[in-house]
Amino acid sequence: MENIVSLKNIILEFEDSERILKNISLDIKDKEFVTFLGPSGCGKTTTLRIIAGFLEPTSGDVFFDGQRINGVPPHKRNVNTVFQRYALFPHLNVYENIAFGLRVKKVPEKEIVKRVGEMLELVNLMGFEKRTVNRLSGGQQQRVAIARALVNHPKVLLLDEPLGALDLKLRKEMQIELRRIQQELELTFVYVTHDQEEALTMSDSIVVMKDGIIQQIGSPTDIYNEPVNAFVADFIGESNIVNGCMPKDCVVEFTGRRFECVDRGFSPNETVDVVIRPEDVKVIPADKAQLTGIVESVVFKGVHYEMIVDGVDHKWVIHSTKAEPVGAMIGMTFDPFDIHIMKKTEEE
Amino acid sequence: MKLKYFSAPYLVWMVVFILVPLLMIAYFALTNDNGQFTIKYLGDVGQYANIFVRSIWLALIATAICLIIAYPVAFILSRMDKHRQGTMLMIVMLPMWMNFLLRTYAWMTLLGNNGIINHLFGLVGLGPFKLINTSGAVVLGMVYNYLPFMILPLYSVMEKIDNSLFEAASDLGCSSRQTLVRVIVPLSVPGITSGITMVFVPAISTFIISRMLGGGSNLLIGDLIEMQFLGNAYNPHLGAAISLVLMVIILVIMTVMNQFDPDDQVLM
Repeated sequence: MENIVSLKNIILEFEDSERILKNISLDIKDKEFVTFLGPSGCGKTTTLRIIAGFLEPTSGDVFFDGQRINGVPPHKRNVNTVFQRYALFPHLNVYENIAFGLRVKKVPEKEIVKRVGEMLELVNLMGFEKRTVNRLSGGQQQRVAIARALVNHPKVLLLDEPLGALDLKLRKEMQIELRRIQQELELTFVYVTHDQEEALTMSDSIVVMKDGIIQQIGSPTDIYNEPVNAFVADFIGESNIVNGCMPKDCVVEFTGRRFECVDRGFSPNETVDVVIRPEDVKVIPADKAQLTGIVESVVFKGVHYEMIVDGVDHKWVIHSTKAEPVGAMIGMTFDPFDIHIMKKTEEE
Repeated sequence: MKLKYFSAPYLVWMVVFILVPLLMIAYFALTNDNGQFTIKYLGDVGQYANIFVRSIWLALIATAICLIIAYPVAFILSRMDKHRQGTMLMIVMLPMWMNFLLRTYAWMTLLGNNGIINHLFGLVGLGPFKLINTSGAVVLGMVYNYLPFMILPLYSVMEKIDNSLFEAASDLGCSSRQTLVRVIVPLSVPGITSGITMVFVPAISTFIISRMLGGGSNLLIGDLIEMQFLGNAYNPHLGAAISLVLMVIILVIMTVMNQFDPDDQVLM
């Protein structure tokens, strides 16, 4: 697989010299579903807009299919965008909205009919041709927006938080739908979201961003299991993050106790972030445990109970299929490979 | 259903001040001095066909010029940041705070044969040109006085167009010009039609502007009607008949224009 989009050392500053993007470099492979994930203000939408051509980077290069495309206006780029609030044309009906791009390019009428028809079928909107877009539900508008972009046969489809305005159930449906479309058409999708679950469900590859800096790039499994720092660990799924230090390889000390772990290569007594997933905390009788705490609250979450346990220096979040009574003293332990040690990120 | 009673004062208002006067005009137009029914006066209106044509023509030109000037102004206004929009709108409205007559008098001084403009031309050895008492001066007066009525409805429609629509158009292959033709103009049709209405209707029936800037030679329908009621040609029956015909003409023109508006939002 070759790279379809490459960003090299992208820096973006606004007039007030605020740095939005700080040296973003990124390769997006052909036919890949890539998700930019991060909290609001992390620069994910900005990066997408640079690929679309709505923004020009202050410095750095944008490559598309091997060609440098800095300065090429959006209407001359072979990418299409699905906008956050759809941005459908209110003066046109469903059919004409989808046909818009083809009409601009003066595609023959016969082919327009064929291609719009294909798109209506792809997004399941047959029979809606003559509807005004304002009378459609959010999910239907979303489908029109996707069809309107895809009808142009772009090499890359950019999606800017496209499911943000939909309710949970519809969002889940559309996630599966989008993934299906992407695989069916064998296209590159670049998807922006702040929803980590969405990112994990749909993507081949996730780019985690914070404050205009890429934190980690990897497959959903990599990102979840091997987060590179405490931020990624915390952002992707819930995590217990505690301060610790490494007296030597494979031994970590936190909350005043020593635990066995599998990480090595830290300098002696280096301070680190210790990350433990809530589902990896094992509940054992208090008298057999190094680490104990008092159960503060128990919430039933469907598949598991979420317990907050007040230990020394840290409130532990525990996911367990068995609930403990509130106020009980319990013990906690961890398997060595469930203890993730991370270098401290320098706080700005 | 209490709301019904609240609307009563407005209904009375409309009947007394709108419906009754309209019926009175119709009555006057269709009767003679003795109160007998006649269509003589309606027939007489035909004599003034040339004045009707001139009025419609000048009003159309003025409306077209207003549209050409106002469209880009309204668009630029609508894209400014909110604070500046307020200031700029006030500047657009500012001339309207001044008395209409005064504003038109000012143009008389500017355009006169010994007026300021001819004086300036004289300094560079040109002219004097005949500026005042021409149909051009009448159109100028109309454009100057009615321009805000074109800018405001256009602005209020354009202001609602989201920037993301322009990005979407550009994303789908539109150059700036194509975005204008395919997105901005179609979406501003309601503003265009109501702007045209708000300029065309007062322009076609004005009499002050034509009298002050057009001299005696550029009589418009408004002048004609005024003469029948207040002037020496005193003939209220003919005046009412002319008004009636003018009303029908405006109604027809507006109906035709409504056909271009997808939502029938035109105010008449």
